[in-house]
Amino acid sequence: MTIDQILFFILAAVAVATALGMVFSKNAVYSALFLVLNFATIAVFYLLLGAPFIAISQVTVYAGAIMVLFLFVIMLLGAESLPPGKVLRHQWIYASGLALILVGEAVYILLGRNAATGMIDRPDAFLNTVDSLREIGMALFTDYLLPFEATSILLLVAMVGAIVLTKQEKGGQK
Amino acid sequence: MDWTIWLEWTIKSLFVIFSLLTGFAYLTLYERRALARIQVRIGPNRAGWQGLLQPVADAVKLIFKEELTPAKADKLVFFWAPIITMVPSIVIAAVIPFGPTTTLFGREIVFSVADINVGVLFLMAVASIAVYGIVLAGWSSNNKYAMLGGLRSSAQMISYELSLGLGFVTAILLGNSMNLNDIVDAQKGMWFAVVQPVGALIFMIVTLAEVNRAPFDMPEAEQELTAGYHSEYSGMKFALFFMAEYQKMIAICMIAATLFFGGYREFWFLQNTFLSVDALWTIGAWQFQAWFLGPLYLLLKVVVLLFFMIWIRATWPRIRYDRLMSFGWKVLLPLSLVMVFISAVGVLLAQEIGPGYIWLIPVVSIAVGLFATAMIDLALRRKKYASH
Repeated sequence: MTIDQILFFILAAVAVATALGMVFSKNAVYSALFLVLNFATIAVFYLLLGAPFIAISQVTVYAGAIMVLFLFVIMLLGAESLPPGKVLRHQWIYASGLALILVGEAVYILLGRNAATGMIDRPDAFLNTVDSLREIGMALFTDYLLPFEATSILLLVAMVGAIVLTKQEKGGQK
Repeated sequence: MDWTIWLEWTIKSLFVIFSLLTGFAYLTLYERRALARIQVRIGPNRAGWQGLLQPVADAVKLIFKEELTPAKADKLVFFWAPIITMVPSIVIAAVIPFGPTTTLFGREIVFSVADINVGVLFLMAVASIAVYGIVLAGWSSNNKYAMLGGLRSSAQMISYELSLGLGFVTAILLGNSMNLNDIVDAQKGMWFAVVQPVGALIFMIVTLAEVNRAPFDMPEAEQELTAGYHSEYSGMKFALFFMAEYQKMIAICMIAATLFFGGYREFWFLQNTFLSVDALWTIGAWQFQAWFLGPLYLLLKVVVLLFFMIWIRATWPRIRYDRLMSFGWKVLLPLSLVMVFISAVGVLLAQEIGPGYIWLIPVVSIAVGLFATAMIDLALRRKKYASH
Protein backbone atom coordinates (compact mmCIF):
# COMPACT_ATOMS: atom_id res chain seq x y z
CA MET A 1 0.00 0.00 0.00
CA THR A 2 1.19 3.51 -0.74
CA ILE A 3 1.15 6.28 1.84
CA ASP A 4 -1.89 7.77 0.11
CA GLN A 5 -3.85 4.59 0.54
CA ILE A 6 -2.89 4.18 4.20
CA LEU A 7 -3.93 7.77 4.84
CA PHE A 8 -7.14 7.18 2.96
CA PHE A 9 -8.14 4.23 5.11
CA ILE A 10 -7.28 5.99 8.37
CA LEU A 11 -9.26 9.04 7.30
CA ALA A 12 -12.13 6.90 6.13
CA ALA A 13 -12.28 5.24 9.54
CA VAL A 14 -12.29 8.67 11.22
CA ALA A 15 -14.98 9.95 8.86
CA VAL A 16 -17.26 6.97 9.50
CA ALA A 17 -16.64 7.10 13.25
CA THR A 18 -17.43 10.82 13.48
CA ALA A 19 -20.54 10.37 11.34
CA LEU A 20 -21.77 7.60 13.64
CA GLY A 21 -20.88 9.70 16.68
CA MET A 22 -22.89 12.56 15.24
CA VAL A 23 -25.97 10.40 14.82
CA PHE A 24 -25.78 8.60 18.16
CA SER A 25 -24.76 11.43 20.49
CA LYS A 26 -27.39 12.22 23.10
CA ASN A 27 -26.20 15.79 23.36
CA ALA A 28 -26.85 18.08 20.38
CA VAL A 29 -23.66 20.07 20.99
CA TYR A 30 -21.57 16.89 20.77
CA SER A 31 -23.44 15.95 17.59
CA ALA A 32 -22.52 19.29 16.07
CA LEU A 33 -18.89 18.90 17.11
CA PHE A 34 -18.72 15.41 15.58
CA LEU A 35 -20.11 16.87 12.38
CA VAL A 36 -17.39 19.55 12.40
CA LEU A 37 -14.75 16.81 12.74
CA ASN A 38 -16.40 14.95 9.89
CA PHE A 39 -16.22 18.04 7.66
CA ALA A 40 -12.57 18.49 8.55
CA THR A 41 -11.84 14.88 7.56
CA ILE A 42 -13.63 15.37 4.25
CA ALA A 43 -11.47 18.47 3.69
CA VAL A 44 -8.35 16.33 4.15
CA PHE A 45 -9.77 13.91 1.56
CA TYR A 46 -9.96 16.76 -0.92
CA LEU A 47 -6.35 17.64 -0.14
CA LEU A 48 -5.35 14.02 -0.82
CA LEU A 49 -7.14 14.21 -4.14
CA GLY A 50 -5.13 17.30 -5.05
CA ALA A 51 -7.84 19.96 -4.70
CA PRO A 52 -6.67 22.48 -2.07
CA PHE A 53 -9.19 25.13 -3.10
CA ILE A 54 -12.16 22.86 -2.48
CA ALA A 55 -10.58 21.58 0.75
CA ILE A 56 -10.15 25.06 2.20
CA SER A 57 -13.57 26.17 0.99
CA GLN A 58 -15.04 23.14 2.73
CA VAL A 59 -13.45 24.20 6.02
CA THR A 60 -14.42 27.86 5.62
CA VAL A 61 -18.00 27.36 4.53
CA TYR A 62 -19.13 24.24 6.38
CA ALA A 63 -16.95 24.01 9.48
CA GLY A 64 -16.37 27.75 9.82
CA ALA A 65 -19.70 29.33 8.96
CA ILE A 66 -22.57 26.88 8.89
CA MET A 67 -21.67 24.77 11.91
CA VAL A 68 -20.94 27.84 14.03
CA LEU A 69 -24.47 29.02 13.28
CA PHE A 70 -25.81 25.56 14.17
CA LEU A 71 -24.00 25.64 17.50
CA PHE A 72 -25.20 29.18 18.04
CA VAL A 73 -28.82 28.18 17.55
CA ILE A 74 -28.50 25.04 19.69
CA MET A 75 -27.02 27.03 22.57
CA LEU A 76 -29.39 29.98 22.20
CA LEU A 77 -32.46 27.77 22.34
CA GLY A 78 -31.00 25.56 25.07
CA ALA A 79 -31.83 22.55 22.88
CA GLU A 80 -28.84 20.47 23.97
CA SER A 81 -30.89 17.35 24.69
CA LEU A 82 -34.37 16.38 23.52
CA PRO A 83 -36.93 15.25 26.08
CA PRO A 84 -37.11 11.43 26.09
CA GLY A 85 -39.87 9.48 24.36
CA LYS A 86 -40.45 11.81 21.44
CA VAL A 87 -39.06 9.61 18.65
CA LEU A 88 -41.27 9.31 15.58
CA ARG A 89 -42.47 5.70 15.59
CA HIS A 90 -42.53 4.65 11.96
CA GLN A 91 -39.53 6.73 11.00
CA TRP A 92 -36.95 3.97 11.20
CA ILE A 93 -38.72 1.82 8.57
CA TYR A 94 -38.59 4.53 5.90
CA ALA A 95 -35.10 5.55 7.01
CA SER A 96 -33.62 2.07 6.64
CA GLY A 97 -35.28 1.64 3.23
CA LEU A 98 -33.79 4.91 1.98
CA ALA A 99 -30.41 4.02 3.48
CA LEU A 100 -30.41 0.69 1.63
CA ILE A 101 -31.10 2.47 -1.66
CA LEU A 102 -28.26 4.91 -0.99
CA VAL A 103 -25.79 2.15 -0.17
CA GLY A 104 -26.84 0.26 -3.31
CA GLU A 105 -26.21 3.36 -5.43
CA ALA A 106 -22.81 3.92 -3.87
CA VAL A 107 -21.74 0.31 -4.44
CA TYR A 108 -22.96 0.44 -8.04
CA ILE A 109 -21.00 3.63 -8.77
CA LEU A 110 -17.84 2.39 -7.07
CA LEU A 111 -17.86 -0.98 -8.84
CA GLY A 112 -19.01 0.32 -12.19
CA ARG A 113 -16.63 3.21 -12.41
CA ASN A 114 -13.24 1.63 -11.90
CA ALA A 115 -13.52 -2.10 -11.40
CA ALA A 116 -9.77 -2.72 -11.44
CA THR A 117 -8.76 -0.84 -8.27
CA GLY A 118 -12.07 -0.09 -6.65
CA MET A 119 -10.83 3.45 -6.08
CA ILE A 120 -12.06 6.50 -7.91
CA ASP A 121 -9.72 8.06 -10.45
CA ARG A 122 -7.68 10.98 -9.26
CA PRO A 123 -8.63 14.30 -10.79
CA ASP A 124 -6.20 15.84 -13.22
CA ALA A 125 -2.98 17.26 -11.89
CA PHE A 126 -3.89 20.77 -13.02
CA LEU A 127 -6.03 21.20 -9.92
CA ASN A 128 -2.92 21.66 -7.82
CA THR A 129 -1.33 24.43 -9.85
CA VAL A 130 -1.67 28.19 -9.55
CA ASP A 131 -4.05 28.15 -12.49
CA SER A 132 -6.57 25.91 -10.77
CA LEU A 133 -8.11 28.96 -9.08
CA ARG A 134 -8.24 30.79 -12.40
CA GLU A 135 -9.74 27.69 -14.01
CA ILE A 136 -12.44 27.51 -11.34
CA GLY A 137 -13.17 31.22 -11.67
CA MET A 138 -13.31 31.07 -15.47
CA ALA A 139 -15.56 27.99 -15.38
CA LEU A 140 -17.90 29.59 -12.81
CA PHE A 141 -18.29 32.85 -14.69
CA THR A 142 -18.49 31.47 -18.25
CA ASP A 143 -19.78 27.90 -18.65
CA TYR A 144 -21.66 27.76 -15.35
CA LEU A 145 -22.81 31.37 -15.14
CA LEU A 146 -26.51 30.52 -15.15
CA PRO A 147 -26.36 27.97 -12.26
CA PHE A 148 -24.07 30.36 -10.38
CA GLU A 149 -26.47 33.27 -10.70
CA ALA A 150 -29.45 31.03 -9.95
CA THR A 151 -27.76 29.90 -6.72
CA SER A 152 -27.04 33.46 -5.69
CA ILE A 153 -30.67 34.47 -6.33
CA LEU A 154 -31.81 31.48 -4.28
CA LEU A 155 -29.62 32.59 -1.37
CA LEU A 156 -30.86 36.16 -1.73
CA VAL A 157 -34.47 34.98 -1.61
CA ALA A 158 -33.73 32.95 1.52
CA MET A 159 -32.13 36.00 3.11
CA VAL A 160 -35.06 38.28 2.24
CA GLY A 161 -37.42 35.61 3.57
CA ALA A 162 -35.59 35.49 6.90
CA ILE A 163 -35.71 39.27 7.19
CA VAL A 164 -39.44 39.38 6.37
CA LEU A 165 -40.20 36.68 8.93
CA THR A 166 -38.35 38.43 11.74
CA LYS A 167 -39.28 42.01 10.89
CA GLN A 168 -41.36 43.75 13.49
CA GLU A 169 -44.65 45.31 12.43
CA LYS A 170 -44.70 49.07 12.30
CA GLY A 171 -46.23 50.53 15.43
CA GLY A 172 -45.61 47.30 17.30
CA GLN A 173 -43.08 46.79 20.04
CA LYS A 174 -39.96 48.82 19.65
CA MET B 1 12.06 12.90 0.58
CA ASP B 2 15.30 14.57 1.37
CA TRP B 3 16.05 15.04 5.09
CA THR B 4 17.07 18.67 4.56
CA ILE B 5 13.46 19.52 3.66
CA TRP B 6 12.33 18.16 7.03
CA LEU B 7 15.07 20.16 8.73
CA GLU B 8 14.02 23.32 6.90
CA TRP B 9 10.36 22.82 7.84
CA THR B 10 11.23 22.14 11.47
CA ILE B 11 13.39 25.23 11.76
CA LYS B 12 10.82 27.46 10.12
CA SER B 13 7.96 26.09 12.25
CA LEU B 14 9.94 26.48 15.46
CA PHE B 15 10.89 30.01 14.47
CA VAL B 16 7.26 30.98 13.90
CA ILE B 17 5.99 29.30 17.08
CA PHE B 18 8.70 30.74 19.31
CA SER B 19 8.41 34.22 17.87
CA LEU B 20 4.67 34.13 18.52
CA LEU B 21 5.14 32.88 22.09
CA THR B 22 7.85 35.41 22.90
CA GLY B 23 5.83 38.04 21.09
CA PHE B 24 2.85 37.25 23.32
CA ALA B 25 4.91 37.53 26.50
CA TYR B 26 6.39 40.88 25.58
CA LEU B 27 3.19 42.19 24.02
CA THR B 28 1.55 42.01 27.47
CA LEU B 29 4.39 44.09 28.90
CA TYR B 30 4.31 46.46 25.90
CA GLU B 31 0.57 46.94 26.33
CA ARG B 32 0.76 47.55 30.07
CA ARG B 33 3.59 50.03 29.72
CA ALA B 34 1.97 51.84 26.78
CA LEU B 35 -1.41 51.98 28.58
CA ALA B 36 0.33 53.32 31.66
CA ARG B 37 2.05 56.05 29.65
CA ILE B 38 -1.24 57.10 28.07
CA GLN B 39 -2.91 57.20 31.50
CA VAL B 40 0.03 59.15 33.01
CA ARG B 41 1.21 56.25 35.14
CA ILE B 42 4.53 54.39 35.06
CA GLY B 43 3.42 50.77 34.72
CA PRO B 44 5.31 47.63 35.71
CA ASN B 45 9.01 48.48 35.91
CA ARG B 46 10.19 46.50 38.97
CA ALA B 47 11.01 43.02 37.64
CA GLY B 48 14.26 43.41 35.80
CA TRP B 49 15.44 46.43 33.85
CA GLN B 50 12.38 48.49 32.84
CA GLY B 51 10.18 45.55 33.85
CA LEU B 52 11.60 43.25 31.16
CA LEU B 53 11.26 40.19 33.43
CA GLN B 54 7.61 40.92 34.24
CA PRO B 55 6.26 38.34 31.70
CA VAL B 56 8.40 35.65 33.36
CA ALA B 57 7.02 36.58 36.77
CA ASP B 58 3.46 36.47 35.43
CA ALA B 59 4.03 33.06 33.87
CA VAL B 60 5.38 31.63 37.13
CA LYS B 61 2.43 33.07 39.03
CA LEU B 62 -0.10 31.56 36.61
CA ILE B 63 1.52 28.12 36.67
CA PHE B 64 1.24 27.90 40.45
CA LYS B 65 -2.37 29.05 40.63
CA GLU B 66 -5.09 26.62 41.47
CA GLU B 67 -7.16 25.27 38.60
CA LEU B 68 -10.87 24.98 39.21
CA THR B 69 -13.41 23.05 37.18
CA PRO B 70 -17.04 23.90 38.00
CA ALA B 71 -18.93 20.88 39.31
CA LYS B 72 -21.71 21.08 36.72
CA ALA B 73 -19.42 21.92 33.81
CA ASP B 74 -19.13 19.71 30.76
CA LYS B 75 -15.70 18.36 31.73
CA LEU B 76 -14.51 17.20 28.30
CA VAL B 77 -15.41 20.34 26.39
CA PHE B 78 -14.28 22.50 29.32
CA PHE B 79 -10.83 20.89 29.06
CA TRP B 80 -10.58 21.16 25.26
CA ALA B 81 -11.96 24.68 24.77
CA PRO B 82 -8.73 26.56 25.71
CA ILE B 83 -6.74 24.27 23.44
CA ILE B 84 -9.16 24.77 20.54
CA THR B 85 -8.81 28.53 21.06
CA MET B 86 -5.03 28.39 21.22
CA VAL B 87 -4.25 26.24 18.16
CA PRO B 88 -5.76 28.44 15.40
CA SER B 89 -3.98 31.49 16.80
CA ILE B 90 -0.63 29.80 16.06
CA VAL B 91 -1.61 27.90 12.92
CA ILE B 92 -2.83 31.06 11.20
CA ALA B 93 0.75 32.36 11.06
CA ALA B 94 1.85 29.36 8.96
CA VAL B 95 1.21 30.96 5.59
CA ILE B 96 2.53 34.44 6.37
CA PRO B 97 5.83 35.09 4.56
CA PHE B 98 8.45 36.75 6.77
CA GLY B 99 11.27 37.17 4.27
CA PRO B 100 12.03 37.18 0.54
CA THR B 101 12.71 33.94 -1.31
CA THR B 102 16.48 33.56 -1.30
CA THR B 103 19.28 31.09 -1.83
CA LEU B 104 20.99 29.86 1.33
CA PHE B 105 23.42 26.94 1.62
CA GLY B 106 22.90 26.18 -2.06
CA ARG B 107 19.15 25.76 -1.90
CA GLU B 108 16.18 28.00 -2.48
CA ILE B 109 14.38 28.89 0.74
CA VAL B 110 10.89 30.37 0.97
CA PHE B 111 10.44 32.23 4.25
CA SER B 112 7.04 30.95 5.26
CA VAL B 113 6.10 27.65 6.82
CA ALA B 114 3.67 26.80 4.02
CA ASP B 115 3.89 28.64 0.72
CA ILE B 116 0.51 27.58 -0.66
CA ASN B 117 -1.48 28.94 -3.57
CA VAL B 118 -4.65 29.40 -1.57
CA GLY B 119 -2.89 31.24 1.28
CA VAL B 120 -5.54 33.94 1.66
CA LEU B 121 -8.30 31.35 1.79
CA PHE B 122 -6.33 29.48 4.44
CA LEU B 123 -6.32 32.63 6.58
CA MET B 124 -10.07 32.93 6.11
CA ALA B 125 -10.62 29.28 7.04
CA VAL B 126 -8.53 29.45 10.21
CA ALA B 127 -10.10 32.76 11.24
CA SER B 128 -13.53 31.19 10.94
CA ILE B 129 -12.47 28.12 12.96
CA ALA B 130 -11.21 30.34 15.79
CA VAL B 131 -14.79 31.04 16.95
CA TYR B 132 -15.26 27.49 18.24
CA GLY B 133 -12.98 27.72 21.25
CA ILE B 134 -14.77 30.78 22.60
CA VAL B 135 -18.28 29.44 21.99
CA LEU B 136 -17.45 26.08 23.55
CA ALA B 137 -15.76 27.68 26.54
CA GLY B 138 -18.85 29.76 27.15
CA TRP B 139 -21.20 26.81 26.82
CA SER B 140 -19.22 24.22 28.78
CA SER B 141 -18.72 26.48 31.82
CA ASN B 142 -22.43 26.12 32.65
CA ASN B 143 -22.54 29.73 33.68
CA LYS B 144 -24.96 32.31 32.30
CA TYR B 145 -22.36 35.08 32.05
CA ALA B 146 -19.92 32.82 30.23
CA MET B 147 -22.67 31.58 27.93
CA LEU B 148 -23.79 35.11 27.02
CA GLY B 149 -20.16 36.09 26.42
CA GLY B 150 -19.63 33.12 24.12
CA LEU B 151 -22.81 33.78 22.16
CA ARG B 152 -22.04 37.47 21.79
CA SER B 153 -18.58 36.76 20.52
CA SER B 154 -19.74 34.17 18.02
CA ALA B 155 -22.37 36.53 16.64
CA GLN B 156 -19.83 39.33 16.49
CA MET B 157 -17.13 37.28 14.81
CA ILE B 158 -19.51 35.81 12.22
CA SER B 159 -20.83 39.27 11.37
CA TYR B 160 -17.43 40.88 10.99
CA GLU B 161 -15.97 37.91 9.11
CA LEU B 162 -17.89 39.02 6.02
CA SER B 163 -16.19 42.40 5.91
CA LEU B 164 -12.89 40.69 6.72
CA GLY B 165 -13.38 38.41 3.71
CA LEU B 166 -14.12 41.40 1.48
CA GLY B 167 -10.91 43.01 2.75
CA PHE B 168 -9.06 39.87 1.66
CA VAL B 169 -10.81 40.12 -1.73
CA THR B 170 -9.51 43.68 -2.15
CA ALA B 171 -5.94 42.53 -1.57
CA ILE B 172 -6.41 39.54 -3.90
CA LEU B 173 -7.74 41.84 -6.64
CA LEU B 174 -4.87 44.28 -6.33
CA GLY B 175 -2.25 41.55 -6.02
CA ASN B 176 -3.80 39.36 -8.72
CA SER B 177 -3.07 36.24 -6.67
CA MET B 178 -4.13 34.30 -3.59
CA ASN B 179 -0.54 33.46 -2.73
CA LEU B 180 0.69 35.75 0.05
CA ASN B 181 4.22 35.84 -1.37
CA ASP B 182 2.83 37.11 -4.69
CA ILE B 183 0.69 39.69 -2.85
CA VAL B 184 3.75 41.00 -1.01
CA ASP B 185 5.77 41.07 -4.23
CA ALA B 186 3.01 43.03 -5.95
CA GLN B 187 3.50 45.76 -3.30
CA LYS B 188 7.11 46.33 -4.34
CA GLY B 189 6.22 49.64 -6.00
CA MET B 190 3.40 50.80 -3.74
CA TRP B 191 1.63 49.53 -0.65
CA PHE B 192 -1.98 48.50 -1.08
CA ALA B 193 -2.80 50.73 1.89
CA VAL B 194 -1.93 53.67 -0.37
CA VAL B 195 -3.74 52.29 -3.41
CA GLN B 196 -6.87 51.42 -1.42
CA PRO B 197 -6.72 53.49 1.81
CA VAL B 198 -10.39 53.12 2.77
CA GLY B 199 -10.27 49.36 2.25
CA ALA B 200 -7.21 49.13 4.49
CA LEU B 201 -8.91 51.27 7.16
CA ILE B 202 -12.03 49.08 7.10
CA PHE B 203 -9.80 46.01 7.32
CA MET B 204 -8.07 47.42 10.40
CA ILE B 205 -11.42 48.16 12.10
CA VAL B 206 -12.72 44.70 11.28
CA THR B 207 -9.59 43.00 12.62
CA LEU B 208 -10.17 44.77 15.95
CA ALA B 209 -13.63 43.21 16.11
CA GLU B 210 -12.35 39.85 14.92
CA VAL B 211 -9.86 39.52 17.79
CA ASN B 212 -12.39 40.96 20.29
CA ARG B 213 -10.30 43.98 21.16
CA ALA B 214 -11.55 47.30 22.51
CA PRO B 215 -13.75 49.08 21.48
CA PHE B 216 -15.36 45.83 20.28
CA ASP B 217 -14.48 43.66 23.32
CA MET B 218 -18.11 42.68 23.88
CA PRO B 219 -17.45 39.07 24.92
CA GLU B 220 -15.66 40.23 28.04
CA ALA B 221 -17.47 43.44 28.88
CA GLU B 222 -16.64 43.46 32.60
CA GLN B 223 -19.55 45.58 33.76
CA GLU B 224 -22.14 43.34 32.11
CA LEU B 225 -20.63 39.87 31.95
CA THR B 226 -17.88 39.76 34.61
CA ALA B 227 -15.20 38.24 32.37
CA GLY B 228 -17.35 36.75 29.61
CA TYR B 229 -16.54 33.35 28.19
CA HIS B 230 -13.55 32.73 30.46
CA SER B 231 -15.26 33.65 33.75
CA GLU B 232 -14.92 30.09 35.08
CA TYR B 233 -11.37 29.49 33.94
CA SER B 234 -8.37 29.81 36.20
CA GLY B 235 -4.70 28.92 36.30
CA MET B 236 -3.04 27.74 33.10
CA LYS B 237 -6.36 27.23 31.31
CA PHE B 238 -7.06 30.94 31.73
CA ALA B 239 -3.49 31.64 30.64
CA LEU B 240 -4.17 29.77 27.38
CA PHE B 241 -7.10 32.09 26.59
CA PHE B 242 -4.95 35.06 27.45
CA MET B 243 -2.15 33.76 25.20
CA ALA B 244 -4.58 33.04 22.36
CA GLU B 245 -5.95 36.56 22.52
CA TYR B 246 -2.56 38.22 22.30
CA GLN B 247 -1.26 35.80 19.68
CA LYS B 248 -4.34 36.54 17.60
CA MET B 249 -3.50 40.23 17.91
CA ILE B 250 0.03 39.60 16.65
CA ALA B 251 -1.14 37.27 13.88
CA ILE B 252 -3.82 39.65 12.67
CA CYS B 253 -1.31 42.51 12.64
CA MET B 254 1.03 40.31 10.58
CA ILE B 255 -1.83 39.62 8.18
CA ALA B 256 -2.73 43.31 7.91
CA ALA B 257 0.95 44.17 7.35
CA THR B 258 1.23 41.47 4.67
CA LEU B 259 -1.94 42.36 2.81
CA PHE B 260 -1.85 46.13 2.94
CA PHE B 261 1.50 47.40 4.25
CA GLY B 262 4.00 45.56 2.10
CA GLY B 263 4.68 42.61 4.44
CA TYR B 264 8.37 41.87 4.78
CA ARG B 265 9.19 44.36 2.01
CA GLU B 266 10.94 47.66 2.66
CA PHE B 267 9.07 50.95 2.49
CA TRP B 268 8.33 51.54 -1.19
CA PHE B 269 10.61 54.59 -1.42
CA LEU B 270 13.60 52.50 -0.27
CA GLN B 271 13.05 50.13 -3.18
CA ASN B 272 16.37 50.57 -4.98
CA THR B 273 18.58 51.51 -2.05
CA PHE B 274 20.81 49.19 -0.01
CA LEU B 275 18.02 48.91 2.57
CA SER B 276 15.87 46.89 0.17
CA VAL B 277 15.39 43.19 0.91
CA ASP B 278 16.54 42.48 -2.66
CA ALA B 279 19.79 44.48 -2.30
CA LEU B 280 23.11 42.68 -2.53
CA TRP B 281 25.44 43.57 0.31
CA THR B 282 29.17 43.24 -0.15
CA ILE B 283 31.44 42.87 2.86
CA GLY B 284 34.99 42.28 1.65
CA ALA B 285 34.85 39.41 -0.82
CA TRP B 286 31.55 38.18 0.59
CA GLN B 287 28.39 39.11 -1.26
CA PHE B 288 24.92 38.23 -0.06
CA GLN B 289 21.31 39.25 -0.37
CA ALA B 290 19.95 41.34 2.51
CA TRP B 291 17.11 38.85 3.20
CA PHE B 292 17.47 39.24 6.97
CA LEU B 293 15.99 42.73 6.69
CA GLY B 294 12.67 41.05 5.82
CA PRO B 295 11.77 39.79 9.31
CA LEU B 296 12.95 43.12 10.77
CA TYR B 297 10.67 45.16 8.51
CA LEU B 298 7.77 42.86 9.33
CA LEU B 299 8.49 43.19 13.06
CA LEU B 300 8.63 46.98 12.77
CA LYS B 301 5.28 47.12 10.97
CA VAL B 302 3.66 44.72 13.44
CA VAL B 303 4.89 46.75 16.42
CA VAL B 304 3.48 49.96 14.92
CA LEU B 305 0.12 48.32 14.14
CA LEU B 306 0.01 46.84 17.66
CA PHE B 307 0.62 50.28 19.08
CA PHE B 308 -2.44 51.55 17.23
CA MET B 309 -4.49 48.72 18.76
CA ILE B 310 -3.30 49.61 22.27
CA TRP B 311 -3.81 53.30 21.63
CA ILE B 312 -7.41 52.67 20.56
CA ARG B 313 -7.99 50.54 23.67
CA ALA B 314 -6.70 53.33 25.89
CA THR B 315 -8.78 56.08 24.34
CA TRP B 316 -12.09 54.64 23.12
CA PRO B 317 -15.11 53.60 25.17
CA ARG B 318 -16.78 50.29 24.43
CA ILE B 319 -19.55 50.35 21.82
CA ARG B 320 -23.01 49.16 22.84
CA TYR B 321 -23.79 45.70 21.52
CA ASP B 322 -26.71 46.51 19.17
CA ARG B 323 -24.76 49.45 17.75
CA LEU B 324 -21.78 47.16 17.20
CA MET B 325 -23.96 44.82 15.16
CA SER B 326 -25.60 47.55 13.11
CA PHE B 327 -22.19 49.14 12.55
CA GLY B 328 -20.91 45.85 11.16
CA TRP B 329 -23.91 44.99 9.02
CA LYS B 330 -25.18 48.39 7.92
CA VAL B 331 -21.97 50.38 7.58
CA LEU B 332 -18.87 48.23 7.20
CA LEU B 333 -20.33 45.49 4.99
CA PRO B 334 -21.86 47.74 2.31
CA LEU B 335 -18.86 50.05 2.41
CA SER B 336 -16.39 47.20 1.93
CA LEU B 337 -18.52 45.83 -0.93
CA VAL B 338 -18.31 49.24 -2.59
CA MET B 339 -14.54 49.24 -2.02
CA VAL B 340 -14.22 45.83 -3.69
CA PHE B 341 -16.23 47.17 -6.64
CA ILE B 342 -14.07 50.30 -6.93
CA SER B 343 -10.88 48.24 -6.74
CA ALA B 344 -12.12 45.81 -9.39
CA VAL B 345 -13.03 48.62 -11.78
CA GLY B 346 -9.70 50.35 -11.14
CA VAL B 347 -7.71 47.18 -11.75
CA LEU B 348 -9.66 46.52 -14.94
CA LEU B 349 -9.08 50.09 -16.22
CA ALA B 350 -5.38 49.84 -15.39
CA GLN B 351 -5.16 46.59 -17.34
CA GLU B 352 -7.15 47.74 -20.35
CA ILE B 353 -6.21 51.40 -20.79
CA GLY B 354 -3.06 52.27 -18.89
CA PRO B 355 -1.38 51.66 -15.52
CA GLY B 356 -2.01 55.28 -14.50
CA TYR B 357 -5.70 54.55 -14.05
CA ILE B 358 -4.90 52.58 -10.87
CA TRP B 359 -4.84 55.98 -9.10
CA LEU B 360 -8.55 56.32 -9.69
CA ILE B 361 -8.97 53.77 -6.86
CA PRO B 362 -7.66 55.91 -3.96
CA VAL B 363 -9.34 59.09 -5.27
CA VAL B 364 -12.77 57.51 -5.75
CA SER B 365 -12.61 55.40 -2.59
CA ILE B 366 -11.63 58.34 -0.37
CA ALA B 367 -14.47 60.37 -1.90
CA VAL B 368 -16.94 57.55 -1.26
CA GLY B 369 -15.57 57.03 2.27
CA LEU B 370 -15.98 60.72 3.13
CA PHE B 371 -19.49 60.74 1.65
CA ALA B 372 -20.45 57.67 3.72
CA THR B 373 -19.04 59.26 6.88
CA ALA B 374 -21.02 62.43 6.22
CA MET B 375 -24.22 60.45 5.65
CA ILE B 376 -23.75 58.48 8.88
CA ASP B 377 -23.13 61.69 10.75
CA LEU B 378 -26.30 63.18 9.29
CA ALA B 379 -28.37 60.11 10.14
CA LEU B 380 -27.11 60.05 13.74
CA ARG B 381 -27.74 63.77 14.12
CA ARG B 382 -31.34 63.41 12.93
CA LYS B 383 -31.96 60.64 15.42
CA LYS B 384 -30.64 62.81 18.22
CA TYR B 385 -33.07 65.63 17.39
CA ALA B 386 -35.97 63.23 17.00
CA SER B 387 -35.55 61.81 20.48
CA HIS B 388 -35.84 65.21 22.16
